[in-house]
Amino acid sequence: MAARKFNALPGFGLTMGFTIVYLSVIVLIPIGGLIFKALGMSWAELWRLATTERAMAAYRLTFGASFIAAFMNAIFGTILAWVLVRYHFPGRRFVDALVDIPFALPTAVAGLTLANLYSPNGWLGQWLVPMGIKGAYSQLGVVIALTFVGLPFVVRTLQPVLEGMEREVEEVAATLGAGRFRTFISVVAPTLFPTVITGFALSFARAVGEYGSVIFISSNIPRKTEIAPLVIITLLEQYEYTGAMALAVVLLIISFTLLIAINLLERWASRYHQHS
Amino acid sequence: MMETDTKLLRRGGDTKSQRGTEESPFVKGVLITIALSFVVVFLLLPLMNVFWQSLSRGVRVYWESFVDPDTRSAIKLTLLIAGIAVPLNLVFGLAAAWATAKFNFKGKPILISLIDLPFAVSPVVAGLLFVVLFGRQGFFGEWLADRNINIIFAVPGMVLATIFITFPFVARELIPVMEATGTEQEQAALTLGASGWQTFWYVTLPSVRWGLLYGLILCNARAMGEFGAVSVVSGHITGQTDTMPLRVEKLYQSASAASMTAAFAVASLLALLALVTLVIKTFLEWRTQREFDLAQRAVPEAPVLAPSIQISSRSS
Repeated sequence: MAARKFNALPGFGLTMGFTIVYLSVIVLIPIGGLIFKALGMSWAELWRLATTERAMAAYRLTFGASFIAAFMNAIFGTILAWVLVRYHFPGRRFVDALVDIPFALPTAVAGLTLANLYSPNGWLGQWLVPMGIKGAYSQLGVVIALTFVGLPFVVRTLQPVLEGMEREVEEVAATLGAGRFRTFISVVAPTLFPTVITGFALSFARAVGEYGSVIFISSNIPRKTEIAPLVIITLLEQYEYTGAMALAVVLLIISFTLLIAINLLERWASRYHQHS
Repeated sequence: MMETDTKLLRRGGDTKSQRGTEESPFVKGVLITIALSFVVVFLLLPLMNVFWQSLSRGVRVYWESFVDPDTRSAIKLTLLIAGIAVPLNLVFGLAAAWATAKFNFKGKPILISLIDLPFAVSPVVAGLLFVVLFGRQGFFGEWLADRNINIIFAVPGMVLATIFITFPFVARELIPVMEATGTEQEQAALTLGASGWQTFWYVTLPSVRWGLLYGLILCNARAMGEFGAVSVVSGHITGQTDTMPLRVEKLYQSASAASMTAAFAVASLLALLALVTLVIKTFLEWRTQREFDLAQRAVPEAPVLAPSIQISSRSS
């Protein structure tokens, strides 16, 4: 890792050394430790522990709810990003700043307030519960919490792309006689699609690992409203370390797969808007 | 939607010139209504509800929530953990940005990806990583037990988990900013006889200060608000290993009306922290955007001229 070109700046050895040591101690050795321990188990054992009935039910809820939440964010996030970039209305800047709330608000606070909002006495629950829509302590609650935590991703991924889009292309389509709807479907939508998918994937990846907000709004009943990270915590509390590690390895593999997929998606998406 | 478009088209007038590149006012109105409803239901109501519920039984009850010694100790512990984790990640962020942005070496993209790795790991898994290392049955479990050192279910484990979770924040903000400023200014300083530290302190640091602040406030917000990772390694000993978010959970679970208000009171402090973070973040983004716009406007016209000269030459 020597400096390739001549560079007069000092401190490469010191800073690089510190970076590598700190990275190893905080990130690489802990992750390596988990993988090493998990490899100590036989494949059959690992598979058995990672696919118990309770774990499978938790995966289904985690991935199902994350998918629905990311899908909701893809649709409403796209509309929100479009409105924020293209239209001018009072309070636009305020709404734009609000979009970052889920990034800044601690997940425990989000879970607490969402659970209260959808409970039978809450602002929304008092209307929704009599209609039969149970937002708190249900699977729907899990979707609501995951939608909240993943909300900024689609909006923030789309905004710069929308801002950089050349309006000339749309003008050409209009000159050639296309109506606004036709222009949107044939010209605008294909350009935005890869970016929306990237935002969807980011939102999904965030939702899969989420813990804090969900446990407040979910009733956390095994096999019904229990998400995968909660199963890990429950197993740890029962001193079933191997079981907890098996599930953690599954989540870790899925997270890294999603990370690679998102990197590929970003590369794909950037080909669609390489202008100037 | 098409029908509305054609109707407006036939009506002609001012809509005609923009028919192709703008939606009809009706479509615009519908889209804005959908977007704003989404924002109100998912962002504004939850945020307002935190403050409303915390004050629902009056300001006195609100203040009394903070007299509770267990809540006070949770606030102190949160400040302590952030006070250790944030400066350490700041030093790391500066070192990592200096090494990766000012020098070329093989494997640079891999190093940058590795720095981002903690963002991909579920908080609960992050906490578990340290249980595997330092827990009773972990790699160093016996060694630590023999020496009576507690890391898991104690404060050191919570600090480690927080450092892991907030690891990338400062570095990932600083790397692009330091790359953008290049190395010319530093080389000039060195040529003029400045030492390495002087160059860093007087040249590099001022030029990246806004990016640094940006990373710092995001890192701090996450460090104080982290729940999952800290929950795994905390042990949940009331008055000892509860941070503010963990205190919120405990008060919420005790399910009495009074403790629910107390839960919202602690939550309101964290929500306030989030709001302050957002305000500073928005201000920094506005500032960077303005500086960028000014630079864009100044450079193509007369890159060598000072701004004051430029204005006078333009007016003549």
